[in-house]
Amino acid sequence: MDNKLKATEEQIAYAKLLDIGMKVGLLSITVTFIIYLSGLLTPHIPINDLPKYWSMPVKEYLHTTGIHTGWSWLYMLGKGDFLNFLGIAFLAGVTIVCYMRIIPILFRKKDTAYGILAIIEVLVLVLAASGILKAGGH
Amino acid sequence: MSNPSISIKFFVILALFSVLLLIPVMAFASEQAATLEPVAETVPAASSMPWWGWPLILFVVTFFLGIAAVLGGVGGGVLFVPIIGGFFPFHIDFVRGAGLLVALAGALAAGPGLLKKGMADLRLALPVALIASACAIVGAMIGLALPAKVVNIALGGTILGIVAIMLMAKKSEYPEVKQADNLSTALRISGVYHEVSTGQDINWKIHRTPQGLFLFIIIGVMAGMFGLGAGWANVPVLNLLMGAPLKVSVATSKFLLSITDTSAAWIYVNNGAVLPMMVVPSIIGIMLGSLVGVKLLTRAKPTAIRYMVIGLLLFSGLRALLKGLGIWN
Repeated sequence: MDNKLKATEEQIAYAKLLDIGMKVGLLSITVTFIIYLSGLLTPHIPINDLPKYWSMPVKEYLHTTGIHTGWSWLYMLGKGDFLNFLGIAFLAGVTIVCYMRIIPILFRKKDTAYGILAIIEVLVLVLAASGILKAGGH
Repeated sequence: MSNPSISIKFFVILALFSVLLLIPVMAFASEQAATLEPVAETVPAASSMPWWGWPLILFVVTFFLGIAAVLGGVGGGVLFVPIIGGFFPFHIDFVRGAGLLVALAGALAAGPGLLKKGMADLRLALPVALIASACAIVGAMIGLALPAKVVNIALGGTILGIVAIMLMAKKSEYPEVKQADNLSTALRISGVYHEVSTGQDINWKIHRTPQGLFLFIIIGVMAGMFGLGAGWANVPVLNLLMGAPLKVSVATSKFLLSITDTSAAWIYVNNGAVLPMMVVPSIIGIMLGSLVGVKLLTRAKPTAIRYMVIGLLLFSGLRALLKGLGIWN
């Protein structure tokens, strides 16, 4: 059987990590959402008031609720609504970890071009995740 | 077999598409240049329904969207944004943020299986993903900077373009690639996959790599700007233009979304455009719907459902366009 029929080492490594990360992420968003709905942790925005805010443009929503952008949610994890961002950020971060996992494999296999591509991709995703990039509001 | 006329048609549609997308954006830019006055937006009145009413309806609707997406062969994101944006009280900023996370969750769930089976190809995905994800950041930032009416006009135009692509673009099971191009040869993008239905091992390679990579700039921007996911564009480019077999194209496209949507999703998260009360019921609803959809797949009539999905997209695309133009609020 041709070796190419089998997924490559880096592809399998990526898939295994993605599998674990995806399951943990989906479980996290479900559990944190149940905590949010249960009212165990008081939310920053009272749940009954949500319909007042969800039809606002994001800039107005942030201004009215006093929510800050970027990673400020980390300081608000004690609030039921912001706890959900833990699972959401986990899901959005899984791909970065998967890429970091395959970089050493690619360089060990002397696949320099793809190793560099993977490093650049990590930098792009980290830049997106950093919160440095602010969208001009409308 | 690869049909050049189909590729040309696809190029033409995508070009028209980009023009449709650019018209409102440019109109807005010139409007802003002409006057420094901020553009006022109408904020709809809060719904009289109890707080749990809309999230519950959202969950039920996304459940059915999940079924329709599987049976109609489209991604969840492309149905989610125009339908939820058009008929729910949520602002389009939050709808796009949720749409990206819905598409991302679906892609993350499908990714491991597709990679392990060798259907999705990492070597094909990596260069494409780099371009698409970087451009999705730009798209997300543009999308969040534009007023809702401009986004709705551009979204409506895009959805109508997707309908045209779905109606016109054919698929090619095993496109004929006589010779791999220099770039794909240098990057060693080729492979073999096992076709279970025929028991054959299919060797594949790709061509027109630079043109394909160029189109992923546009696809990335659109994915980020509208939160649509991008399977509707990924598959025709990978399959018809670059010549990857259909199954490899579909699988790689799905995996690709997990990377493209990651970068755009972070921009929405970091700019506050993510409401857990919308995101979580949507993700759970669409995933449960997809599971049911997979079970129904053997009994359903795919052509009829595909036309139903196209009809839904047409209706919601028109709705977004008319909403943006202020004709149907």
